[in-house]
Amino acid sequence: MKSKAPIYFLLFAMVALFMGMFFGLTASFQYLMPEFLKEQIPFSKLRPFHVTSVISWIVLCATGSIYFFLTYVEKFKLFSPLMAKIHFIIFLLTGIAIYFSFAFDYTEGREYFAFAPILIIPILIGWVFFGINYFKTLYKNVKGWPVHYWMWGTGIVFMCYHLMEAHFWLFNFFRLNFIKDFSVQWKSTGSFTGSWNMLVYGISIYLMSKIKKDSNVATNKTAFFFYFLGLTNLMFGWAHHTYLLPTQPWIRYVAYAISMTEWIVLASIIYNWKRSVLKVEKDINPMAYRFLLATDFWVFINVILALLFSIPAINFFTHGTHITVAHSMGTTIGINTTILFSALFFIVHQLYPDFKTDRKWVKRGFVSFNISLFIFFVSLIIAGAKRSYWMYVSKDGLFSEMQDSLIPYYISFFIFGIGIFISLLIVAFPIFKAFLQKIKPS
Amino acid sequence: MYTNSRPYIFVIAILLTLFGIYNYVVYNTNGYVAAEKLSPLAVKGQQLFQNNRCWSCHQLYGLGGYLGPDLTNVYSNENKGPLYIKAFLNSSVKSMPQFNFLEEEKDALVQYLKQVDETGIYPNYDAEIEATGWVKLKYRNEK
Ligand code: HEC
Ligand code: HEM
Repeated sequence: MKSKAPIYFLLFAMVALFMGMFFGLTASFQYLMPEFLKEQIPFSKLRPFHVTSVISWIVLCATGSIYFFLTYVEKFKLFSPLMAKIHFIIFLLTGIAIYFSFAFDYTEGREYFAFAPILIIPILIGWVFFGINYFKTLYKNVKGWPVHYWMWGTGIVFMCYHLMEAHFWLFNFFRLNFIKDFSVQWKSTGSFTGSWNMLVYGISIYLMSKIKKDSNVATNKTAFFFYFLGLTNLMFGWAHHTYLLPTQPWIRYVAYAISMTEWIVLASIIYNWKRSVLKVEKDINPMAYRFLLATDFWVFINVILALLFSIPAINFFTHGTHITVAHSMGTTIGINTTILFSALFFIVHQLYPDFKTDRKWVKRGFVSFNISLFIFFVSLIIAGAKRSYWMYVSKDGLFSEMQDSLIPYYISFFIFGIGIFISLLIVAFPIFKAFLQKIKPS
Repeated sequence: MYTNSRPYIFVIAILLTLFGIYNYVVYNTNGYVAAEKLSPLAVKGQQLFQNNRCWSCHQLYGLGGYLGPDLTNVYSNENKGPLYIKAFLNSSVKSMPQFNFLEEEKDALVQYLKQVDETGIYPNYDAEIEATGWVKLKYRNEK
């Protein structure tokens, strides 16, 4: 019998997603009513709950999907199924410990890793287990890796490194030099994002090659070219988060130059548009296919936004506003989450070949998800633009007056946040049920 | 269809080498403007800033959460400064929760914000935007 660990990871990921969105909604409510419940659950409590939960969704769903593809689809014998099981148990227990540390204010850490720093140790152990299992399994089974195997391997290795780097502040060598420390902190979080993107984009290439039944997608030279481009950006592009920090200018020059290479990505998207979409074999995996179409759209929108504000002159005005949040959530929801839902639909179809994925309600949920996300995204952009106007152009009025004038956009942000939540709930429900079925002891 | 991995391994090896050198240099490079190391009091303030998650509502150099204002230069702002900061700390204004800092904890937070303030300027109103898209920052030690 096959290991059920992948399914456990996927269920765990979905729970994290919905809890995370719930915290996101309660947090954004405080933009509307700043005093509401602020003593019991202040924004500062909800934000780490939100961010850590939704990031866990991405990372756990990617991990579960990769385990699944290796064992169920490629039918490789895992180097150590026991290790995969322990990996899951470690992550589950650490997840619970993180929630406790947030709930009871053991939050000595920093943004994105606010929990007690000691908890990074089990997380790292989990990743090392994953890495050993992954490389050992592939080494035995595959000669001449297609690009997604490289990407997953890279994602795992860099994940380990940047999780450590995010905790370098624990050493005085970094901590006492504020500017160095602060830039290394944002270096690590930028590259942490790059690392999970390696996992998730690898999944999208894997899915394309499977849905199209065309392995060339994953083996041609262009695919490798974009892999190396992504890796270069992961390594050297991070400083576009810190253009306004008085670091040594060369660090920022490098980031500017490297970030601009991403125009190639935009050009290639436009150039390949028709080719990539039309050839897809969509009948067998209709929902997986639709979600990848949505990914295409959101990649396009987000690449344009990201490219623009990677130019320091534009970044100067957008930095420190909700335009940054629009980018973070635009990419984590629009790109990562759509790819991962595509994976979930593909997986459920593998488990139950007769499972009808494109039910009426699921299709409706899919449409309202995209519409909600669009308005959610635009609300954040407008709120950010207005704050920037207040900061750099009008330069007058109190902070609180500026915040109050943005309430209409925060309301629409909140309402369409609910839209995203409900739409994804509708889409995910049948999958969740099917996965539960699979792990029921028979 | 399988790929020949040799050239790819070669490219990765080059990238990793560059990454190693680059990290080494970045980790050993201080900010553009020489600034004092954080004093023990400031480190304590920084830890309070983390424990109480001030960063989830406030930004330093525009980085953090966005419900509250940026604090990079609140210390040297002529209308604000240390007493103003202290007054805010336990004030429970707007969405800011009720904190109950002791006097020495307030001192620590103020010291931290003071030392952050000394490192640079944000928002950097006097920065020069160049035609190349580059932004030339104004640094703390420049007139
Ligand atoms: C839940 C969000 C939240 C948290 C957490 C929070 N603050 Fe605030 N803080 C605010 C808001 C909102 C304002 C602006 C109030 C106004 O001007 O209307 C503010 C204002 C301030 C100001 C005055 C800034 C200025 O330029 O006028 C200081 C200083 C400050 N906070 C420091 C702190 C410190 C230090 C911490 C952590 C111990 C902290 N805050 C935690 C939301 C928060
Ligand atoms: C129900 C819908 C959601 C709502 C209402 C919501 C709300 C929020 C809020 C209020 C913040 C804090 C912004 C600030 O600091 O001012 C935030 C940040 C963030 N959210 Fe969400 N969120 C939602 C869904 C998601 C999802 C599904 C993901 C990822 C899969 C996500 C990823 C993030 C990330 C990464 C940040 C950090 C942003 C940054 O630091 O720039 N969110 N969200």
